[in-house]
Amino acid sequence: MSGTTFPAFASVRRLPNLFDVAAIICIGGLIFAFASGARHTVAPLTAMDAIHLDPSYLPGYALRTTLRMFAALACSLVFTFTYATWAAKSRRAGKVLVPVLDILQSVPIIGFLTFTVVFFMGLFPGRVLGVELAAIFAIFTSQAWNMAFSLYQSLKTVPADLVECATAFQLSPWQKFWRMEVPFAMPGLVWNTMMSMSGGWFFVVASEAVTVGDSTWKLPGIGSYVAQALEERDIAAVFYAIGAMLVVILLYDQLLFRPLVAWSAKFRFEMTASAEAEDPWVLKLLRRTRLLSAIVDRLVFVFNAATGMRLARRTRLIPKASPAVSRVWDIVWVGLLVVAVLVALWKITTYVSAALTWGDLGEALLDGVYTMIRVIVLMILATAFWVPVGVWLGLRPTWARRAQPVAQFLAAFPANLFFPIFVVAIVHFDLNRDIWLTPLMVLGTQWYILFNVVAGAAAFPGDLLEVSKNFRIGGWLWWRRVMLPGIFSYYVTGAITASGGSWNAAIVAEVVTWGSDRLQAHGLGAYIAQASTEGASGNTPKVVLGVVVMSGFVLLFNRLVWRPMYSYAARRLTFA
Amino acid sequence: MDTIDTRVKTDNLVEVRGVRQSYHKDSSADLLVLDNVDLTLRSGEIVGLLGRSGSGKSTLLRIVSGLLRPTSGDVSWRGASLLGPAEGVAMVFQSFALFPWLTVQENVELGLEAQGVARAEREKRAEQAIDLIGLGGYESAYPKELSGGMRQRVGLARAIVVHPDLLLMDEPFSALDVLTAETLRTDLIDLWMDGKLPIKSVLMVTHNIEEAVLMCDRVLVFSSNPGRVASELIVPFAHPRNRLDPAFRQMVDDIYALMTRRAPAKSTPTPVTTATALYPVSTNIMAGLLETLAAAPYSGRADLPALAAALQLELDELLPLGEALQLLRFGTLADGDLLVTETGRQFVAADTDPRKALFAAALRAHVPLVAQIRQVLDERWNHRASAVRFRDELEDVMSPEYADNTMSAVIAWGRYAELYSYDEDADQFYLDEDEE
Repeated sequence: MSGTTFPAFASVRRLPNLFDVAAIICIGGLIFAFASGARHTVAPLTAMDAIHLDPSYLPGYALRTTLRMFAALACSLVFTFTYATWAAKSRRAGKVLVPVLDILQSVPIIGFLTFTVVFFMGLFPGRVLGVELAAIFAIFTSQAWNMAFSLYQSLKTVPADLVECATAFQLSPWQKFWRMEVPFAMPGLVWNTMMSMSGGWFFVVASEAVTVGDSTWKLPGIGSYVAQALEERDIAAVFYAIGAMLVVILLYDQLLFRPLVAWSAKFRFEMTASAEAEDPWVLKLLRRTRLLSAIVDRLVFVFNAATGMRLARRTRLIPKASPAVSRVWDIVWVGLLVVAVLVALWKITTYVSAALTWGDLGEALLDGVYTMIRVIVLMILATAFWVPVGVWLGLRPTWARRAQPVAQFLAAFPANLFFPIFVVAIVHFDLNRDIWLTPLMVLGTQWYILFNVVAGAAAFPGDLLEVSKNFRIGGWLWWRRVMLPGIFSYYVTGAITASGGSWNAAIVAEVVTWGSDRLQAHGLGAYIAQASTEGASGNTPKVVLGVVVMSGFVLLFNRLVWRPMYSYAARRLTFA
Repeated sequence: MDTIDTRVKTDNLVEVRGVRQSYHKDSSADLLVLDNVDLTLRSGEIVGLLGRSGSGKSTLLRIVSGLLRPTSGDVSWRGASLLGPAEGVAMVFQSFALFPWLTVQENVELGLEAQGVARAEREKRAEQAIDLIGLGGYESAYPKELSGGMRQRVGLARAIVVHPDLLLMDEPFSALDVLTAETLRTDLIDLWMDGKLPIKSVLMVTHNIEEAVLMCDRVLVFSSNPGRVASELIVPFAHPRNRLDPAFRQMVDDIYALMTRRAPAKSTPTPVTTATALYPVSTNIMAGLLETLAAAPYSGRADLPALAAALQLELDELLPLGEALQLLRFGTLADGDLLVTETGRQFVAADTDPRKALFAAALRAHVPLVAQIRQVLDERWNHRASAVRFRDELEDVMSPEYADNTMSAVIAWGRYAELYSYDEDADQFYLDEDEE
């Protein structure tokens, strides 16, 4: 036995077998594909190929899209481990970093795509890399915040007895981090990473074809392919793209998502042996290979040796808290913050007052109200439809098991690939844009409601169901007194994600094009999209205004609607 | 494996002198958790810290372990001042504190890894410790696959594998069922007596009197609020000890008497005020206890250890019950016995509603805080009052935990007596129609 912390791939025999051959060929193929994909990124902008609608180009495009996704994921992980750790370890830093994170979560970053493209193009003038980085940055911003939040919250809630134990046995801070804190955070982090990835597909598709002012860049990828198809009014190509995306997400789901979630279950902090689902086939395959698992064993060994090092000196002193000294530093810290806030405020007012009028603010607010009405109506409709469906599925274990992965899969599927189909229909029947563009906003996000409700109904205590049968509680009374309170906390969790996602989707859903036809609804999303295409490099002040107003709406919506509901559910409607 | 070194038997391992621990409070004076505690630990002895929850015994254990620095006073470890977790001290936790993602072996190795012990050595020592503690064969199991008793064995192995001079145990058996706990206690004492444990001394915290008399060579009895060492007793019996031995029983009885004598109304009749800390004892259990006491075989008077054994109640559960009864004048605590008063007998004889009336009367007469809340509610035009102000007033004179307990007691008792109602969402007391 070694001091392994991550022994998921433990194996005894060391000779290569057939599984190894299969696995090695796959890995070789992946490496080759990654290398050829990466080579193009340093090419000059002028060498950027036009997007071809021939389906034979699709596998290459799909690969580039996936690469972007994982590059962003790597950035998000780096960000998570630094930002969240800093916020959790430093009391003073935490006071600023946590609210900042909270607000960043509500900012529709996709609205900023125009600036980030301009910024990164400035960093690498004339190179594809600039646009590439801008796209990766957009995906990063859709992934990083909730991952960081998850790690932060785990770090803050490590059980006190474990912390005491680690201190009593004198683990160094480095050892504590890797032996105690990271494993404890693992299930939440893996789950949130997966949720982030699901959300990320939407952004990768949206950020590949970027229009800033007069110029448009199309990075090779599925998103650009769809954009090109829209321009050329090629509905068949749209279906090819949907097919390609289905394959990509299926692969990602099977090769990464399921093995990772199954693996992270061992870090769950519970002392009862719960029934565990069978290992996904990829994990089984990995465990069966000999050479590969030997390599993984070596890697695990190196990882554990590195994380097991003492590095910093062990805690020798338990400091006595001296309130007087720390209070002085608190005052200094708060003082610095106040100065920073004042400077920022002054900068914003001078900048905004030069370029914007009160009329602009009024327009943005009015558009915000339109979009808010859309979000509210959509949430009500989605709830009315999916809650009964979810409960029906959740109460039937066999159906719940089948429905759960499908709903998760649908949530990961970038809904913007389906937009063209709606657009064609709207153009064909000449429908009211303000009404019929609306469903696009909830196309990708409604699934969060479904799979949370399914999970809630599946977890509903059997004895309570029996009680309600015994007293013959039925009809509306059953919903009101039995089922709805029981699934409420799950529903709220799903609805928060769904409504946040809908706000974000507004930016791409309220304005769509089909060849030369441009369909636009009234709303804040359309306002931002419109402002980004004005002038040579977009109407920056208006975009900022639009994004700020939208963030304000999202924050208010969260604080006034979801938070109170959530805390009520946590207090009253849990079975603990 | 080391054995006990007889030459250093007289050495003092730990010396605690004049330790005070206070809970810092902004608005008023500091609240004392430990007051002027002295403790000396020598090689070759098992010492027990016995007291009720809140007597600061766990706090003292954490001070000795170096996890906590006392507000004032000195702690020295092997002659040097103790400023943090020390080499040679290992701890066993009430909740086991095992890492669920590490196997038994990895859990046991953790302390060695922190010391930077090389891998081969680590594995060898861990295997020895695992075998010694009776866990051989379970090396690759994860904690969640083990029963409670097995888990605490892992906790023990993890502590002794670092060959500590001092083993600290924080109520190590209180999370286990009776049988498992007993097996583990005897196993541990056997290993200790055979000199197989690489340990010089043990300091354990417990609220179980029998456990203390069974295992320890010396017992420090703590009094509560603030925690002080009320008395120190030498346990003169040789191992293995027999629980049924009359001398053993007598010692348990004496300690019960010692601990109930500290109860407020007996020795020093400290007046009960609105600032007296209360413990939220269930009214159901109070009624049940009164009924049991009034009936045969007790007929109004019961010996506490016997009662605790018969009702399967821990000292920690029985004493607050007795004190609550005494507070309401339904019972009296004297010399380790619990007696039913005349009012107590009336209560037992009565039906539901008269019982509530008796309880309400007792509350209004003897629990000033309840009387005060009711008075405030009577005076208000809308008969509502926020609980925050009462809680704040309590927190000025006691720790938030005690204040919480007191509020829970006042809410539960007042509800039962139908003196007032309480709205949790609004955190308000109010009068119902039939209460007005």
